[in-house]
Amino acid sequence: MTIIGKLATSAALALTMGLSSLPAWAETPANMLVLANRIDDITTIDPAESFEFAGSDVNRNIYGRLVNFDPLDLAAGYGPDLAESWEVSEDGMTITFKMREGVSFHSGNPVRAEDAAWSLQRVVILNKTPAFILTQFGFTADNVGETITFDNDAGTVSITTDKRYATSFVLNCLTATIGGIVDKETVMANEVDGDMGNTWLKTNSAGSGAYSLVSWKPNESVTLQSNPDFYLGAPAMERVVVRHVQESATQRLMLERGDIDVARNLNPEDIAGASEAEGVAIDSEMRGRLMYLSFSQKNPILAKPEVRQALKYLVDYQGMQDSFLNGQYVIHQNFLPRTYLGAVDDNPFNLDIEKAKALLAEAGVESLEIEAGVREAQERIEIAQALQATFAKAGIKINITVGTAKQILARYRARELDMYVGAWGPDYPDPHTNAGTFAYNPDNSDEAGATGLLAWRNSWDTGGLTEKVAAAVVEGDRDLRAQMYVDIQAEFRETSPFVVMFQKVEQTGRAENVANLTLGGAITAVSYWPVTK
Amino acid sequence: MALAEKNGSGRRLPPHSRGILIKTAKTLLTIAVTMLGLLFVTFTIGRVMPIDPVLSIVGERASKETYDAAFEALGLDKPLIVQFFYYLSDVVRGDFGDSLLNARPVSEDIKRVFPATMELATLGTLLGVFLGVPLGVIAAVKRGTWIDQVARVLALVGYSMPIFWMGLMGLLIFYGILGWVGGPGRLDIFYEDIVPQRSGMILLDSALAGEWTIFRNALSHIVLPASLLGYYSLAYVSRMTRSFMLEQLSSEYVTTARVKGLPERTVIWRHAFKNIRVQLITVIVLSYANLLEGSVLTEIIFSWPGIGSYITTALLSADMNAVLGGTVVVGLVFILLNILSDLLYKVFDPRAK
Repeated sequence: MTIIGKLATSAALALTMGLSSLPAWAETPANMLVLANRIDDITTIDPAESFEFAGSDVNRNIYGRLVNFDPLDLAAGYGPDLAESWEVSEDGMTITFKMREGVSFHSGNPVRAEDAAWSLQRVVILNKTPAFILTQFGFTADNVGETITFDNDAGTVSITTDKRYATSFVLNCLTATIGGIVDKETVMANEVDGDMGNTWLKTNSAGSGAYSLVSWKPNESVTLQSNPDFYLGAPAMERVVVRHVQESATQRLMLERGDIDVARNLNPEDIAGASEAEGVAIDSEMRGRLMYLSFSQKNPILAKPEVRQALKYLVDYQGMQDSFLNGQYVIHQNFLPRTYLGAVDDNPFNLDIEKAKALLAEAGVESLEIEAGVREAQERIEIAQALQATFAKAGIKINITVGTAKQILARYRARELDMYVGAWGPDYPDPHTNAGTFAYNPDNSDEAGATGLLAWRNSWDTGGLTEKVAAAVVEGDRDLRAQMYVDIQAEFRETSPFVVMFQKVEQTGRAENVANLTLGGAITAVSYWPVTK
Repeated sequence: MALAEKNGSGRRLPPHSRGILIKTAKTLLTIAVTMLGLLFVTFTIGRVMPIDPVLSIVGERASKETYDAAFEALGLDKPLIVQFFYYLSDVVRGDFGDSLLNARPVSEDIKRVFPATMELATLGTLLGVFLGVPLGVIAAVKRGTWIDQVARVLALVGYSMPIFWMGLMGLLIFYGILGWVGGPGRLDIFYEDIVPQRSGMILLDSALAGEWTIFRNALSHIVLPASLLGYYSLAYVSRMTRSFMLEQLSSEYVTTARVKGLPERTVIWRHAFKNIRVQLITVIVLSYANLLEGSVLTEIIFSWPGIGSYITTALLSADMNAVLGGTVVVGLVFILLNILSDLLYKVFDPRAK
């Protein structure tokens, strides 16, 4: 998309002049929400398998979960959804959920404890890509019969983990897409060759949420129909249509013409233009994606503590935020995105060439030449070029190697790169999702092959942080746990070979009459049911 | 046995029929060899390209075990030639495999997206031909006059203006400002999924269903992208027509016809134009084929769910089954169009009969 993107960006710039004040002539129906979004990443709608942004958006509106986030109060953290309450056993290993009564699936079948237990068991048995969110608690296809149980008469579901974990950790994981509760009877009626309805659920829905799936046409559109019996009340938007519109300029044109209510992928030029249009409002929301640099500790010079520290002063955070990343990223120097449990706003580093030079001199480094691996994405290349300029001022020459995901990631995973310009998005809304990869590396040997851990990829022995991360994930007291992550991040900022630089901001254009639309912040996906017009 | 004898030796096909049979067999053999070559080349390119279909399935943070399992499940651990033969045997049965991304059969996806492109390209080509051919003929006849200059400028603009720029400008003016045409997409959202799918081409399907409101809405959506493609087709067709006509108009038989006192219209259309039809067929077919596979940018700008954007999206997502399936279908269409142009030669050129 690079070439097409460049061409389209140029054209969009040309259009910016002409689009200044288009009247909104059309209007979508009052009971219908129409969005333009890039939805070509959707590969399946099955909650046991869906792991992409656009797929999560669809899932969040179709499936209820045992616990969930209130879209209008995300800061409150998880709360009751299909489970109205829960109890934790004394040993901290078993959580028993009491199911909400009187809730039905779209099919009319009641939501039973059995459905909830079976849905979670199904995730583990199918073992699709996001299944690790549950299997990290020790659930296996062989033991789910004993570890995830139900009692229909009592209306309870119990899950028993392999050891004691922080309750907030387990519950946060259940708010992820894989926590979606499916209608067992409907799904099993569509089972083929023992697939537990996986093939059918890829393109159909069997939930109890605010909406049901009418159709998903890949790279074309997703249509949802409201559930009048939704337990929180029938949504005001009876139909939601998400249309795949690739180009930012096209999305803007449709928004200003009134053919859509929301444009999700406007670039900064179109945001600037649309913000001046009549009847259009712009929202900004923090998302979970982080932009970071990392340095291989196999390189003996990069492994020196003073060098690691110096590198953090060679990044022009403010300059990048105010120029080519304007409106898309904000400075954030911690591995937990804002709004996560334990997140902090401390950003102590700024561009300070003299300080970096002094630290390098302290380490006995006069000049250095390193190779930076960069995937061929425009923003990452621009970041790498900016770094090239500022690092050069301290005598560090960066040789940028740009390549496809296959080329660059293969070398990163093989621990071959001196430096990597990367992006990371959390897998589930719990601090362990990032702590467990940035600051956790129990075996730093090549043989360990822990390619999923960022610390391992950079050959970094975390120097005690691994144990602290392991302790935080089992801490039962929520406040104490949050403080543990604050402390871990403080140490990480100073000692790690990672330079976390920015957090993603998503800017959305919407018609002014659309209210209560929340994209889900950094912790969850978009919710359509509170929306009014 | 008696029948066998009768067929084997009793009745021999007349030479003319045998000639047709041999020609047909040769054509089929050519198609088969070309398709085999196309399949081999696309398959090989697909496998050696620096993109990783496994990563696109398991994600970049997958463990080595997960990665290896997916690698094996896709059959990528087998030698390339073995993978090719597996693929070939599937394609022969019309099975392009499942999309690595949406897990649906690629053939179903292609059935959905190809008619959208075909509808757009056909309308674009029709516009290009019906306007481009007369323009080219007139430009040749009025060589050097202001009409010729206007035709030249029109063609030059058509050749040199980037299609994405023209598309966005067209949207801004005719959709955004004037409101004369429908916006991006094939239909307004309210009309989607109403007309039963027969051909997959909405204009045709809505006309067959007698849904004239939907027909008009579809027409309002297609008119701008089709005009854009038609303009590019017009630029090419008109310049080629002009060039062919100039060659004919300077021929001695045209001079003879004029000396004999035939009306100019007869000289141009019944003598000169008749002799450029065969060349024009090649030009039109090539132009049509280009629009069928080369309108990616138009499809992206107009959110037109066609095969161009389908293949591009698949390529960028490392969905090689979809890329190969789409490429093979486009290649097949090229071959079929070539055969069609060969057949048309025979109709329009007596020497080829």
